[in-house]
Amino acid sequence: MLDNSEGYVTEDGRKIGGVVMEMKNITLRFGGVVAIKDISFDIREGEIRAIIGPNGAGKSSMLNVISGFYIPQEGEVWFHGAKRPQMRPYEVARQGIARTFQNIALFEGMSVLDNVMTGRLNYMKTNLFQQAMWKGKAEAEEVENREAVEKIIDFLEIQHIRKTPVSRLPYGLKKRVELARALAAEPKLLLLDEPMAGMNVEEKEDMSRFILDVNDEFGTTIALIEHDMGVVMDLSDRVVVMDYGKKIGDGTPDEVRSNQEVIDAYLGVSHD
Amino acid sequence: MGRRKILAQTQSGAEGMHSLPALLHRNATRFGDAPAYREKEFGIWQCWTWAETAKEIRAIALGFLELGVTKGDHIAVIGRNRPAHYWSMVAAQMVGAVPVPLYQDAVAEEMAYVLDHCGAKYVVCGDQEQVDKVIEIQENLHQVKHILYTDKRGMRKYDHSQMNALDDLMAEGNAGHVRFDAELDRRIAEIEYDGTCVMLYTSGTTGKPKGVVLSNRNVIESAKNSAEFDHLNRNEDILSYLPMAWVGDFIFSIGQAYWCGFCVNCPESADTMMTDLREIGPTYFFAPPRVFETQLTNVMIRMEDAGKLKQRMFHHFMAHAKKVGGLLLDGKPVSFGDRVKYALGSMLVYGPLKDTLGYGRFRVGYTAGEAIGPEIFDFYRSLGINLKQLYGQTEATVFITVQPDGEVRADTVGVPAPDVELKIDDKGEIHYRSPGVFVEYYNNPDSTASTKDAEGWVATGDAGFIEESSGHLRIIDRAKDVGKMADGSMFAPKYVENKLKFYPDILEVVLFGNGKDRCVAFINIDLTAVGNWAERNNVAYASYQELTANPRVLETIRNHVEEVNKSVAADEMLSGCQVHRFVVLHKELDADDGEMTRTRKVRRGFVEDKFSDIIDALYDGSKQVSTTTEVTYEDGRKGSISATLEIIDAPVVPVAQHKVAAE
Repeated sequence: MLDNSEGYVTEDGRKIGGVVMEMKNITLRFGGVVAIKDISFDIREGEIRAIIGPNGAGKSSMLNVISGFYIPQEGEVWFHGAKRPQMRPYEVARQGIARTFQNIALFEGMSVLDNVMTGRLNYMKTNLFQQAMWKGKAEAEEVENREAVEKIIDFLEIQHIRKTPVSRLPYGLKKRVELARALAAEPKLLLLDEPMAGMNVEEKEDMSRFILDVNDEFGTTIALIEHDMGVVMDLSDRVVVMDYGKKIGDGTPDEVRSNQEVIDAYLGVSHD
Repeated sequence: MGRRKILAQTQSGAEGMHSLPALLHRNATRFGDAPAYREKEFGIWQCWTWAETAKEIRAIALGFLELGVTKGDHIAVIGRNRPAHYWSMVAAQMVGAVPVPLYQDAVAEEMAYVLDHCGAKYVVCGDQEQVDKVIEIQENLHQVKHILYTDKRGMRKYDHSQMNALDDLMAEGNAGHVRFDAELDRRIAEIEYDGTCVMLYTSGTTGKPKGVVLSNRNVIESAKNSAEFDHLNRNEDILSYLPMAWVGDFIFSIGQAYWCGFCVNCPESADTMMTDLREIGPTYFFAPPRVFETQLTNVMIRMEDAGKLKQRMFHHFMAHAKKVGGLLLDGKPVSFGDRVKYALGSMLVYGPLKDTLGYGRFRVGYTAGEAIGPEIFDFYRSLGINLKQLYGQTEATVFITVQPDGEVRADTVGVPAPDVELKIDDKGEIHYRSPGVFVEYYNNPDSTASTKDAEGWVATGDAGFIEESSGHLRIIDRAKDVGKMADGSMFAPKYVENKLKFYPDILEVVLFGNGKDRCVAFINIDLTAVGNWAERNNVAYASYQELTANPRVLETIRNHVEEVNKSVAADEMLSGCQVHRFVVLHKELDADDGEMTRTRKVRRGFVEDKFSDIIDALYDGSKQVSTTTEVTYEDGRKGSISATLEIIDAPVVPVAQHKVAAE
């Protein structure tokens, strides 16, 4: 059933492990609209996996299926060798999947630090009463989590905005704060929904570097959706290409680039 | 003199301390529990005591021995102000090597020249960015034997056969201490007072950088004299944020810190410097005028946003501070009523303001490098912040003249520092002789000979005079920049440029006119100040370039030039230097493009050549000029920007043909 082969080695010498997540024949419908049609692919441990496609191809829907926000009508999601039952998003998060959003979804009125701290929710065990009393267990827990968060703030170089309310930040930095919050959950699988949308070249370069560094330093498996083809081809190890809810290509960036169907989809060929 | 020396010796117990490692040992044994270094990391100030510091430095030194560092090797250090980088320099001294700190924002090409010139076999890099530059340089240079780095991030994939993390080097050094302890102690004992302490490259406004060799004697005597001059002790706190390659940082953060035994605080990152400044509240502080200007601008902007009551209180008490604050600081007589009012002001305004700025504990501080606007200088002094000026050079191990407490003025740079002799030659150039005078320019006997004569006098290259009434030195300009106009009157560009630069809107000015009949100028606007103005006045702009071409901005700058012309006209010697025509440049002058040095001094000759088309247009009467300029991005790539610049005529004050003053 599940591909347990040893994985592969990337061009730059990183070892990619076995399958972490497998999507099997996923079909997702909204009423009469078929957003995703019979798609299967896998994500392996330690790789950067991209999902690309033109507008309306169903990329974000796919990501929402992975994160448990949408429940597909057909097909199965396998995570760490087990079929995933229907789950609510917070249950998925507890399994070690974190995400960022295409349209930034931070708490605008809160500081960067507090926003990133919310990413530690799954590591907070004290109850409301203990937190209200503060002294003792709650305090120790806060210190422990703050340490983890500070490491991420240092890693993403956002020390200078630690205490700044998110609403005052420019777009590029907000994206970075969102990444920080996702990382704070110490995810096994990190989902990035268009991490570079609306950024200028410099911000894109920064973000690319952070994504590569996250993958390199923490060994985090990353699945990302992106419009910018150049960025995708540079960053990712394997790419799934979607068009009109169907999978039209899957492989290394080079393989995908030479795939006729993919070229047609991007250059625009008339469909039946 | 004698009495002061004895006092210092008994106080500090530093007699016979002939090297920084020796001072380190003294500090670690005498007050090992006192804080020596702090660095903000992970949101917390991490602290190392002198005893801990001694251990860390020893571990690095042992690691160097294990790497095979020999006496006289050069070890380059490239990175931001971090304890580990300072430690590496002292560790290098321990093993008899010469530390060479480099500017971390230098592009690979500039760095290649320096690394090649000093022949560094070992390089300590701050992070991946610096390592990449060194690897790029190494492709042509093949001399670097081993690269060390402090920040491990992103380094996992590199070939580590000739590379190691500093942490790991220290671990290896500690593990091998049995083998190397004796050798290390022998090398420490062999350090001579006149041996090389450090080599610092001066950026130089002309030509290639020169490696200034400073001996232990230079550094220790200068640190000792200056520390005594300002009564620095081991309870000081300083913030180390200025480039490590700059002589000032070496003297403050290493020389004086080791001599006095005070604590060096390193900011979390360059962007957090202002927050960190507030948190530390240094007692002894050094900053170029730009830092003070920026802070003052921010205060003023924030006051405009404050409520009516606060605004009135601020302006009322600031007016009072302006009247008596400076006098109080200088210990001059002030009436009882004014003192009471000032005390009230301290409680309501000055105290909280100083706290916000990070100067709550400020005991003594200096600004140097450039002239500071008198209003800015007086603003800080009136708050009771003991800000002073000094005049110095790398070749002098910083100190040439300093302002003593109670004799502080905006327009002078003070009296000769302790043990410094000063003379002005017949051309007006300043010469000095002191225990801080550098040993030589490394591998450059010609330059050494042309700068330092047989008796040890060093030519500064600056023109100035000693004010008879006070004995203070006043600087006119770089000696080679002082020229003559076509009619024989004196041309001193800096004088006019500084007057213009004192306007917050103006960041940089370059004045031309040597040998010509009238002066013209390039002006850079200050994006923070003008951008803020634009925001308040609903002026939309998409880029720096667009803002520079805005007619209202140009009008404002023209008014500034007009005012300056009036004030220049009043000066008998320099009235010929009024600005007749000017352009607002479409790009900021930048060190990456070679237009400025890394310490932000304009390279006049270079700018003149690069923008010769604009200068021609300024003189031939055209109304506009189209130009294309090459720019270098931070990663070393090149690009170009083109623009059409408006040339503006400025009103000048007619000057009667005066009796020629100079000479």
